[in-house]
Parts: sequence; C-alpha cells; structure tokens
Amino acid sequence: MSEEQEKKDKPEEAPAVDPEREAKLKAAAEARAARQAAKEKAEAEAAEAASPEPKPPSPKQPQPDRLVALVRQAAGDDAIMESYLNELNGDMPTLVIHNKHWRSIASMLKEHDELRFNYLRNVSGVDYETHMEVVYHMISLESKQEAAIKVRTERDAASVYSATPVWATANWNEREIYDLLGIDFPGHPDLRRIMMPDDWVGHPLRKDYEPLDSEV
Amino acid sequence: MIRTEELLLNVGPQHPSTHGVFRIVVKLDGEVITEATPVMGYLHRGTEKIAENLNFTQIIPYTDRMDYVSAMTNNYVLVHAVETMMGLEIPLRAEFMRLIVMEMQRVASHLVWWGTYLLDIGAMSPFLYAFRDREIIIDLFNELCGARLTYNYMRVGGVKWDAPPGWMDKVRDFIPYMEKKLQEYDKLVSGNEIFLARIKGIGQYDAATAIDYGLSGANLRCTGVDWDLRKAEPYSLYDRFEFDVPLGTRGDCYDRYRIRLEEIKQSLRILKQAVEQFPQGGETMGKVPRAIRPPAGEVYVRIESPRGEIGCHIVSKGKAEPYRLKFRRPSFVNLQLLPKLLVGETMTNLITILGGVDIVVGEVDC
Amino acid sequence: MGAWLSEPLTWGNALVMFLWGVVFLGIVLGFVTYAIYFERKVIGWMQLRIGPNRVGPFGLFQTVADILKLLVKEDTIPRKADRFLFILAPALAYVPAFSVLVVLPYTQNLYFADLNVGLLYYVALSGISTLAIVIGGWASNNKYALLGGMRSAAQMISYEVPLVISVVGVILLSGSLNLRDIVEAQAGGWFWNWNFLPQIIGFVVFIIAAVSELNRTPFDLPEAESELVAGYHVEYSGFRFAFFMLSEYVYVYAIAALTTVLFLGGWHAPAPFLDFVPGILWFLLKFACIVFFLFWIRATFPRIRVDQLMGLGWKVLLPVSLLNVFLTAVYLELFIKN
Repeated sequence: MSEEQEKKDKPEEAPAVDPEREAKLKAAAEARAARQAAKEKAEAEAAEAASPEPKPPSPKQPQPDRLVALVRQAAGDDAIMESYLNELNGDMPTLVIHNKHWRSIASMLKEHDELRFNYLRNVSGVDYETHMEVVYHMISLESKQEAAIKVRTERDAASVYSATPVWATANWNEREIYDLLGIDFPGHPDLRRIMMPDDWVGHPLRKDYEPLDSEV
Repeated sequence: MIRTEELLLNVGPQHPSTHGVFRIVVKLDGEVITEATPVMGYLHRGTEKIAENLNFTQIIPYTDRMDYVSAMTNNYVLVHAVETMMGLEIPLRAEFMRLIVMEMQRVASHLVWWGTYLLDIGAMSPFLYAFRDREIIIDLFNELCGARLTYNYMRVGGVKWDAPPGWMDKVRDFIPYMEKKLQEYDKLVSGNEIFLARIKGIGQYDAATAIDYGLSGANLRCTGVDWDLRKAEPYSLYDRFEFDVPLGTRGDCYDRYRIRLEEIKQSLRILKQAVEQFPQGGETMGKVPRAIRPPAGEVYVRIESPRGEIGCHIVSKGKAEPYRLKFRRPSFVNLQLLPKLLVGETMTNLITILGGVDIVVGEVDC
Repeated sequence: MGAWLSEPLTWGNALVMFLWGVVFLGIVLGFVTYAIYFERKVIGWMQLRIGPNRVGPFGLFQTVADILKLLVKEDTIPRKADRFLFILAPALAYVPAFSVLVVLPYTQNLYFADLNVGLLYYVALSGISTLAIVIGGWASNNKYALLGGMRSAAQMISYEVPLVISVVGVILLSGSLNLRDIVEAQAGGWFWNWNFLPQIIGFVVFIIAAVSELNRTPFDLPEAESELVAGYHVEYSGFRFAFFMLSEYVYVYAIAALTTVLFLGGWHAPAPFLDFVPGILWFLLKFACIVFFLFWIRATFPRIRVDQLMGLGWKVLLPVSLLNVFLTAVYLELFIKN
C-alpha cells in the first residue's frame, strides 16, 4: 500500500521542485567555488607574509630540549625522527620516534628522575594513510610536565611495542587500537579484540576500511 | 573424594547491577571469584568512526550519548578541544553558563551514582530520593535546552541558548535545597552499620596502583592523590572559584563514597559563587567563522568529568570534519583495574566494587 | 472450638473440618493479596511514590490482577531442568508454609489445633521450606538459582538455631510448648506481663532470626536482586513463581502471628481497662504492627553480605540466645522456684 502511495506522490512533486532547485544549487556551487578561490589566495598571501618573521621561542622551550637530550642519550641519536612544540595544544612537547626505540624510551620516560612521566593519560592510534601513529599523552603528576610521544610505524604489518609493561593503563587502550586500527602490540599480555566481536573482519577505523555489508 | 569444579558465571550483559550492558565473566570457587574477565562492546556504536564524516557541530549530539549521565561535560570537552585548536575567544556569559551547567550536571551525576550504588547494596529507597532531586536539575536543563538527558547544549564558541528569564533564580533556590537534602541523606545512609560493613575496606588499592592504571576522578583521589583537573590544570573559569578537592586515605569503596558526596557539596559551593558572579548582560556566542575548520594539527584537551579525566584528542587536516577523533573515556580507563581487584572477592563484593567504580557503559564502549 | 475439636472423627466432622480448612485458606490468600498491596503502598509512600492506584479504587485490585496474570502466564520449564524436582519445589515450599498456621491460636477460643508441641511442630515444618528452595535452585539448572539455593540453605541452617534457642526462654517461663498455654502465661492485665519485656534479649534475637528466616531485607540474600538477579526462583514463571511468592507471604503471616503469640501477649489487652475490646482485635492489631515492621525495614535497610550474615548468626545471635536461656534459668531457679 505504501509503495502505491509513493508512486502516486512522486510524479506530482518532482517537476514542481526541480528547475528552481537546480538553479539554486548551481548558484550555490559557483559562489562556493569563488569563495574558495578567494580564500586560498588570501591564505597564500598571509603565509608568504608571515613566514619570514621568526616566532619568539616558547617559554616552555627548555623542557622539550632536555627531553630530547635525555631520549637521545637513552636510545641513540637516530631515535627521534622529529621533535616540536605543539603550538595548538599549549606548546605541548611532542616527539616522533621510531618503533624500534620505543621500548627502551618508554621505560626511561617513566623511570628517569628528571622526567617521571608516571601517569599515562591517553593512547590513541591514528591512520595517516601513509603510515600509522600511536600517540601516548603522558604527564608527571609531581612536576605537571607533559609530553606527547608519537610512535610511528608502517601501515602494512603495523606494529608498535606495547607500553603495557611500563604503564598498566595502556592495556585496554592498546587493545582498542589493535581492534579498531589493526596495529599489533608485541609484548602486550592479552591482545584481543575489545569493542568489535571476536570474529569481525577488518579494522573499522582504518581509512581504507570497507564494511563487509554495505547496508549496515 | 567429592568432585568439585569451578563455576563459570556470566554476569551481564543483562544483569540488574552492571549499569547497562557491561558483562563480566567470573570464575567462582563457591562464592569466591578466582578470575574475572570483563567483556565490552555491547554498546559500541563507533562514535569515533561516525565522527570522521561529520562536521564538529554535528558531532556534539554524539558526545551526549557517550556518557549519558553527564552529557554536559562531554559537550564541553569536544567544543573545548575545537576552541583550543582555533584559538577562539568565548564570551564571559557563555563560559559562565557552561560552568554552571557542568557543575549542576556533576551534582546530578553523583546523585544518580549515589542512588544506584545503594540500590546495588540492597537499599532501594535512596534511589528514589536521589532521583527526585536529580529531577529538579533535569527540569532546569529541560527549560534551558529542551532535553532531559542528551542536551546538545554547547556549541563551538559558546552555548546555544541563553538562560530563560528566572532560570538563574531557580538555580539559586536549588542550591540551599540540595545542601539541606544532602545533609539528610548523609544522616539517613552514611551511618548505617550494614552499609558501612559492606563498603569499608572493600576494593582497596594504593596510590601507586591507581596512578599506574591511570585511574582518575574519585577512583584516584580516594587513595589520597590530589589530582582534580579543575584545580591541577584549571580550564574554563574554575580558577575564579573557591572549592576544595576531597581526598581519601584508604582507597576503599567507603572513601570513594565519601568523596563523591563531598564533591556534590563542593559543586554546590562553586555553583553558589558562579550564580553570584554571573554577568548581567553579554553574548552567549562568540565570534565564530561560518564554517568551523580547525587548522591542521592536533590537540589533546582534558577536563574533569564526574567520572574522572575525560579527554578529547583531535587530529585535524584543516577540514570541517576531524581526521581522527579520539575520546579518552574515564569509565573505560577506570575499569581496567577491576579484574585485578576482584580476585579473591565474593560475588557480593563484585557488585560493591563495580558500583564503586561508577561506570557508564555508553562511555566505556563509546 | 476446643470441645468441638476433641470430638470423635466421623465423616460429618471430617467434612466440616475440611470446609474450615478451605475457609481458612481463603482467609490466608486474602491476607497475602492485601499484604502485598499494603507493602507496595507503604513502601511507595516511604519512597515518595503513590504505589498501585490504577486497578480498582485506590488500586485495591492490583494484586488480584497480578495474580490473574501470573495464573494465565505461560508455564516455562527450562529444557535442561530436572523436571520432576522443578515441579515439586514450589508445592513443597507452600505445603509446610500453610501447615504451620494450624497451631496458631487467635483468641482463647479460636484456634485450629491444640497441639502440645505446637512450637516444635512449627519449627520442624518450616524447615522443610528451605529444602524446597534448595531443590528449586538446584533443579532450575541455572547458576544464579544454584547460588541462591545454596545461600538459602546456609542461611536457614544458621538462623534456625538461634531462632529456636531464643524461644527457649519463653518456654521456660510458661512451662509449655503449647502456644495457647504460652499466651495464657502472659496474662496479668498489663503489657509488662507480656514476654517481650522479661525476655527482651530473646525477643530481639527472635526478631532478627525471624526476618532472616523470611528471606526479607536485610537478609534477602537468596534472591538478592542486585547480585543474583532473582536467586533461586530466577527460572520460575507463572503460577510456579506465584507459589514461591505465596509461601513467602504466608510465612510473613505465620511469623507475625507467632511473634504476637510468643512475645506480645496474643489476644491480651495491654491494660486492664481496655479489656472490653475483643481479644481478636488486639491480636490483629499486634499482628498488623509486626507486618508493618517487616515492610518498614524492607524500605530502610541495605543488604548484608553472606559472610557477615554467617558471622552474625553464629558468633552473635547464637551465644546471645544461649546466654538468654542461661539467665532465664538462673532467674527461675533463684526467684520463682521457691
């Protein structure tokens, strides 16, 4: 019955709406394109204008410098792929390191007397399409010093040493990342799926994830 | 020789005391637990995946549904993260509104916890008392934004609705009422011998364990660790107000109970000051670009929700949609210690300890 | 009634007795129906609710509707349950619950059996219901039910002992196991002649043990909702479930009447000048107070833990009740005997 109803409704409605709507859509698209172009131009100009001026160094600068030095000392000079202050995030010291050094760095970060990152706040996995990253946000409850450590790994056969032996918090967080992003964590005591059913195929948060059943 | 065997008992996902669809598989020797394995995911809706295809304003209602007992703080953590990325200025009036609703939400959330915890322990009346008082808060929220549970109240740059006329007076009247009721509840329950015998010394752990497991909220503070993000890393306007952070000493269920009750009192204290200082006029929305596009980069912000540290990690590529959105959910993290705590406890203590953690399954599974 | 009971048993007498039994069953069922209604109303008011108010005036027919619903409900038996025991358990729970009522005297003349060992009979029969709960829990083939049944067994064994011993003081004072004689021994016109004051220790122990025997809050461990879902009757539905509920409330009736008889002077008025009020009204008033008390604590207390329950039973109630027997015996020896 409802199908009949639909059939009846459609032909009446469609011609009434179409031309007007199309015109509107077209106009909107043109406007958008124009705006986009203007914006890009402005942005490029702004970037050009801004780049020569060096930014004043952040007051937090000594902290990450010390952090970098300690990490280099512990794991060798090639351990750090990148280090910077995350300006968006209140100048959070951020290190990008390669997976092979992660295990020794992790325990150093927690144990070292100057750092004492004893509280792991958050672990997230990010799929950058070219590579994967696991981000560990940590803080020292005593000195309130913070750091974000990004462990980079390749996308195929992604694998990051588990931080669970160092911070017990990492346990379920890493299971979640394994479940949703498919990153393996060698050294994890109990690496199973945590959110999805055990027989689930694929890892939903990967950017190339295709649901098996397109209807769902 | 009598043949004995261990009993494998499935507690949940349909069980009156797992507060939703949480499931825990326990091995029992008699009534003593020898092993406990939590199983999650029954309420996993893939919020983080859905969010990757939505713009930030569209994500706000999804945060309501994570910790549905405390939707306001969830709203806040998302908009706060976006605002941090974009460096937006929030009008004072809007920030006050946010703080007031967040503290009211904390009171409401702790009331729900108080009622359901006593229900877990077998006393049914406190549940109804707590819900009566929570109802007043819910009604006020309803008046403010037309919803009782999932408010969708905050926006990037401010709040959606200003307080209707007379609303602030109702909040002002609510504070002394709640203070009085709180005393009454304290008298009614906190001295009950059976109740004390049930929760004192149960589910005990020390500060080192709590920190190692990343516990937050009352679960961390019950061990004496002074870590309340409202004080430790002030956000919003919390540095303007005077309040104390209640701490425990023994790290047992009793301390968690006391801390949560005390936190209601402190929230009322903050509310009282906030209502006093509430600015007369002003905007409720700041200057926000038409399309909300945070610059490329990433940010991790965290606030103190009633359950602990709720964090939001946004990776942006400069688009209107987040490239990756991850929530650090306090219930999820706090729950990790549970299997360790339960070994050697009885079936009855399972409920006491699980209730003491204060989980919301919508948040555990996200 | 006494004379009539001692008549020889003829067919006619048997028929009359049977009819009396049916009438009494009707009264008990009526009590259960309205006790449940009363409980829901009272607890509702204590919890700022209205309670049942939809079916009939003031919701008076709510329980009737509930019972009807239970009776027409599908009777499910789990496939892997022990069928015979599963069916047996509810009946086994109810039969002793109804049988113990026979020894309870309501007034000087209104009673259904004049048993010399009335109290003993009561205690012996009520113990059988425990068996039914254990059987029901076992036969359901459900882990929660099994845990509930086991808890019930442990609880009943632990509390039957102090319950019986706490009454020994009363038996010593009145010198009889016959419940009618026990009430008569409390005569004297004033309420301080009732056993609850001279036997205050026994009275307190008896009340605690009785609440535990009834499986009511704070001792409702066998069916602890927040832990064991519904405990021993988790798999029961329809009229089998109704039988468990029924026997639970019949025991409320029995315990309330027994407490009245043993400790509150049965049908005696609290003061001599109130003697003009019929004894049955006094009995009903005291009885109602105890029923209310049971409902009241249900709305007030949280639940005790299993190990604490055992500790309370064996380490506190049992020694205290023994002490009570000893004190009563010494008192009798020193002051009454001579």
